[in-house]
Amino acid sequence: MYETQYHRASSVQDAVSRMEAAGEGKYVSGGMTLIPTMKQRLAAPSDLIDLRHIAEMQGITVSGRSVRIGAATTHYDVASAAALKAVCPAICSLASHIGDPHVRHMGTIGGSIANNDPAADYPAAMLALGATIVTNKREIAADDFFTGLFETALEDSEIVTAISFEAPAKAAYQKFANPASRYAMTGVFVARRDNGDVRVAVTGAGANGVFRHGDMEAALVANWSPDALSNVSVDASELLSDIHADAAYRANLVKVMAKRAVAAA
Amino acid sequence: MAKVTMTVNGRQVSGHCDDRTLLVQFIRENLGLTGTHVGCDTSQCGACVIHMDGKSVKSCSILAAQAAGSTITTIEGLAADGELHPVQAAFKANHGLQCGFCTPGMVMTAVDMIRRHQGQLDEATVRAELEGNICRCTGYHNIVKAILAAAAEMSGARVAAE
Amino acid sequence: MGVEGIGARVARKEDKRFLTGKGRYTDDMSVPGMKYAVFVRSPHAHAKILKVDASAAKDMPGVIDVLDGKQILADGIGNLICGWMIHSKDGSPMKMGAWRPLAHETVRYVGDAVAIVVADSVAEARDAAEAVVVDYQELPVVIDASKALEAGQPQLHPEAPNNLIFDWQIGDESETDKAIATAAHVTEVTIHNNRLSPNPMEPRAALGIYDAGDDHYTCYTTSQNPHVARLVMSAFYNVAPENKLRVIAPDVGGGFGSKIYIYPEEIVCLWASKRTGVPVKWTSDRTEAFLTDAHGRDHVSTVKMAFDANNRIIGLKVDTIANLGAYMSLFSSAVPTYLYATLLSGQYDIPAIHANVRTVYTNTAPVDAYRGAGRPEATYLLERTMETAARELGVSPAELRRVNFIRSFPHQTPVIMNYDAGDYEASLNAAMQAADWNGFAARKAEADRRGMKRGIGMSCYIEACGIAPSAAVGSLGAGVGLWESAEVRVNAVGTIEVLTGSHSHGQGHETTFAQLVADRFGVPIDSVNIVHGDTDKVQMGMGTYGSRSGAVGMSAVVKALDKVEAKAKKIAAHLMEADESDIVIENGELKVAGTDKAVPWFQMALAAYTAHNLPAGMEPGLKEGAFYDPANFTFPAGCYICEVEVDPDTGRTKIVQFVAADDFGNIINPMIVEGQVHGGIAQGIGQALLEGVHYDPSGQLLTASYMDYAMPRADDLPSFQVSTSNTPCPNNPLGIKGCGEAGAIGSPPALINAITDAIGNNALTMPATPQKVWAAAHAAK
Repeated sequence: MYETQYHRASSVQDAVSRMEAAGEGKYVSGGMTLIPTMKQRLAAPSDLIDLRHIAEMQGITVSGRSVRIGAATTHYDVASAAALKAVCPAICSLASHIGDPHVRHMGTIGGSIANNDPAADYPAAMLALGATIVTNKREIAADDFFTGLFETALEDSEIVTAISFEAPAKAAYQKFANPASRYAMTGVFVARRDNGDVRVAVTGAGANGVFRHGDMEAALVANWSPDALSNVSVDASELLSDIHADAAYRANLVKVMAKRAVAAA
Repeated sequence: MAKVTMTVNGRQVSGHCDDRTLLVQFIRENLGLTGTHVGCDTSQCGACVIHMDGKSVKSCSILAAQAAGSTITTIEGLAADGELHPVQAAFKANHGLQCGFCTPGMVMTAVDMIRRHQGQLDEATVRAELEGNICRCTGYHNIVKAILAAAAEMSGARVAAE
Repeated sequence: MGVEGIGARVARKEDKRFLTGKGRYTDDMSVPGMKYAVFVRSPHAHAKILKVDASAAKDMPGVIDVLDGKQILADGIGNLICGWMIHSKDGSPMKMGAWRPLAHETVRYVGDAVAIVVADSVAEARDAAEAVVVDYQELPVVIDASKALEAGQPQLHPEAPNNLIFDWQIGDESETDKAIATAAHVTEVTIHNNRLSPNPMEPRAALGIYDAGDDHYTCYTTSQNPHVARLVMSAFYNVAPENKLRVIAPDVGGGFGSKIYIYPEEIVCLWASKRTGVPVKWTSDRTEAFLTDAHGRDHVSTVKMAFDANNRIIGLKVDTIANLGAYMSLFSSAVPTYLYATLLSGQYDIPAIHANVRTVYTNTAPVDAYRGAGRPEATYLLERTMETAARELGVSPAELRRVNFIRSFPHQTPVIMNYDAGDYEASLNAAMQAADWNGFAARKAEADRRGMKRGIGMSCYIEACGIAPSAAVGSLGAGVGLWESAEVRVNAVGTIEVLTGSHSHGQGHETTFAQLVADRFGVPIDSVNIVHGDTDKVQMGMGTYGSRSGAVGMSAVVKALDKVEAKAKKIAAHLMEADESDIVIENGELKVAGTDKAVPWFQMALAAYTAHNLPAGMEPGLKEGAFYDPANFTFPAGCYICEVEVDPDTGRTKIVQFVAADDFGNIINPMIVEGQVHGGIAQGIGQALLEGVHYDPSGQLLTASYMDYAMPRADDLPSFQVSTSNTPCPNNPLGIKGCGEAGAIGSPPALINAITDAIGNNALTMPATPQKVWAAAHAAK
């Protein structure tokens, strides 16, 4: 790891001030991706501004079917929140399968979303749930937030402070894990609203990161059942190929995971 | 160089280190507690697992500065008064270790796992919960057996106490 | 057996320190003034070094010095060597290219060490290593061994035209060809054995300490054989004479073969300590381990197995190309020859066998022994071929094996080995019963109803352990003897130290070796201390690899115990005025048989050291040593059965049961033996299902961390059903055969046979990743 300077922010405003004063600063929340990346010298922030101790970014509130999750809430806390499980068990289940128990004790939803790793789980949930990403400056629809591999709509020094969404009628996430890293080789989150709207979001597979699959959504609006997806084609040309899985195989996984998610929802 | 203060195994400790110092380096090099190990660079093997504020974490992926002010338990702090913790005893009784290198992380993981599940564990759950710990010697067979035995004993002891 | 004697499930003495964080591994060592090393490594798979410029690096904060390959050459440090001479079939010796501890002319794989930076901290050393400017002229690269043999390919070493190290053969080619020509059926297959990274959880490390006052070196290192390391560093690398070099292998966190070899780093740390005047510690990170730890396997073979009309094998012909990487590692030449082709008879009575093996340089990490070393390659080849043949011939896999089993012993194979004892059908029957083989059809039908494809596969393996005798291996080219040593010291108060040349890096010697003593003298194992891993404390020994600690190392202890027992009986007989032939040792006492006369063990020991009243002419003291050279290899064997369910939609394989039935001869501690089998099976399943080293065509390692190299985790594996049967080894005093490698040898073919059975397509290579299985399952439709 290169030299860096550590700051512990006491509030969102304090964090922003410190970032604006820094040269090439980065926010760190749980640090479960950033610290290993820095260890491998693939990132070299001059300053690290720690958001983990900011009280206003913590916690989960559920009001009716409205959900708000503070950005510094850990995966463990999301996975084990009873009030959240009551309205949207899919996101609790998703959180309970991120990384491993130790990573879930540190890693946070805000950190995961802001990093937008193409194999991360939360971005699929945000897209499929039609979530709103709340920052210190504005509210951004998930559809507008994830802009490419490790790219988001966040501006310099902007901080994700929370996410919010309305719990859908049905939802589920199915992940096929990379046998080595255990990140999603393909993960599909499906959500259906009482009005019949359906969203299908895919992570781990897209060459440009997380994406929604319009043909699957249309098929499921017409017929909410796994079989409805049998004749939907998944275009492999837009998918990732690596030593673990080529695009054709990933295309198959997208369909299989989507079917299983619908069945599980 | 910054001064970092935390509570480790019940004692308040301080040390000077670069901001880039990892918690595991601080524990091993500043505090001389070499039971916590480093087995990979990508936070996957779990040889470095300790407890921070009561929860298992990977000390290779946290800066010492991030951990300042927290309460840490390492493998050296688990056995009380020279008596092995029930998880340590179960690992010994069930031959849950061979070379011993992953063992401190495995034991700290098992203690945390049993706490979260209140001792109610089955084989599939234990195997899933071990996702963040790699052992190359045992094939996990006896680690799983040891954790189940410890969980049964610890929850049995709690039932008996209630 | 007593509660702590031979055969008892004794909990390990060494566990407490590991469980409480008190284990002492090389990276835990710290000495005054110690500094930290980071190596500058080649980012290219093949390049000429034009210039190494460390001037900027030397000025960086905390840097003590930067040393390079020209300096180590000038100081007379020698080349790394391969210690087993193999001759090609034309009689020419193997073509060993030069391997410098720090390259100064050419780098030949990504990770090849070029310079060492010594600094106050690892971070500062790494900062400075990045500032060392090396001018490289890139050269063309070859990764694949078969391709490397073709004309016009990049050449790695001037000594080895066409990258061919040797072209070796064993067996009778014309007899084998005749058998194939007259066969009723010939099964032909191509077998790939995937390249693996050993991955002991403790990365390699070295701490070099030069003491200018005594002109003496100490090396703490992660070694399976510290004496061999000292011998090689003294005799070949010219680091220091043996009496000026102490090598200590303290607690070592797993080895699996990868810590047998002497690597550049420990040599360079010792040399750098003298050069810089400070103790120098280097600890590998995991990516360095993937880049530079010797890999295992990497064979491609074509196989012809000939059968007569009664399904009896009449001939086996094998042509193998083995990739040895960029340099010849310490025992690399022995692995694809005498540890591989000599096992090609398997458990079967095969009258004619011929194997041809070509070994090849490529721009990849050196390849050497990894758990099993040659024997997994032989077993996988044979057992995949047998399975394929059974399917082609339309007979059950068990039946085909039964028809061909060797049934009388000793049995001379056509490929050197003389099997001493075994009962292969007993293991087969035990495994089939434990696996409920006959109930498989019903389980498969039930799985079909759930949409899952269920398959079952078996593997009957044999291996050779305790490589010996020394004269025989010497005649085959080994540069060392393969005996073992022991010294038993009885202290004046009767406690006992056993100094062994074996080395424990997870095998539990501190317990099992003590059990031998407890069994012999009836003393508690807590009064017995096992000393190993330090060349200043322990007499010359050969270390631990190839499942040899039991068969060879313990046999040496037994020989030393025999001598101690004989002298102890003489002393006791003298003290009790009895005949020494009447003395028996039981429960910590030396008794006169048939009387109530007895001398406690400690009192006999005290008498040996006070020497006030010893038999006339007897030397005082009670300490005996032995060097044991076995008469033959040992031959563990067994049958493994694996049952899987494949998800046809994703290709994901779930192992639903795994059965191992092994014959290890006599067993000292069944709990520890079972643990060895479990670990071996996990590594074998890893090879078959998950693990594989991948280089891209430019020689960059794509699997350089646990993000991309799939290690078996707890949820990849089932609990294992293991059992043992016993035909004692007739060639060593304990009748034991060795158990460390069996699991890794027997399991891969059982798993692949099961998956190919499940999906109905025999064309599948290891590792059987979900993508490959999915594609193969769909190709079968």
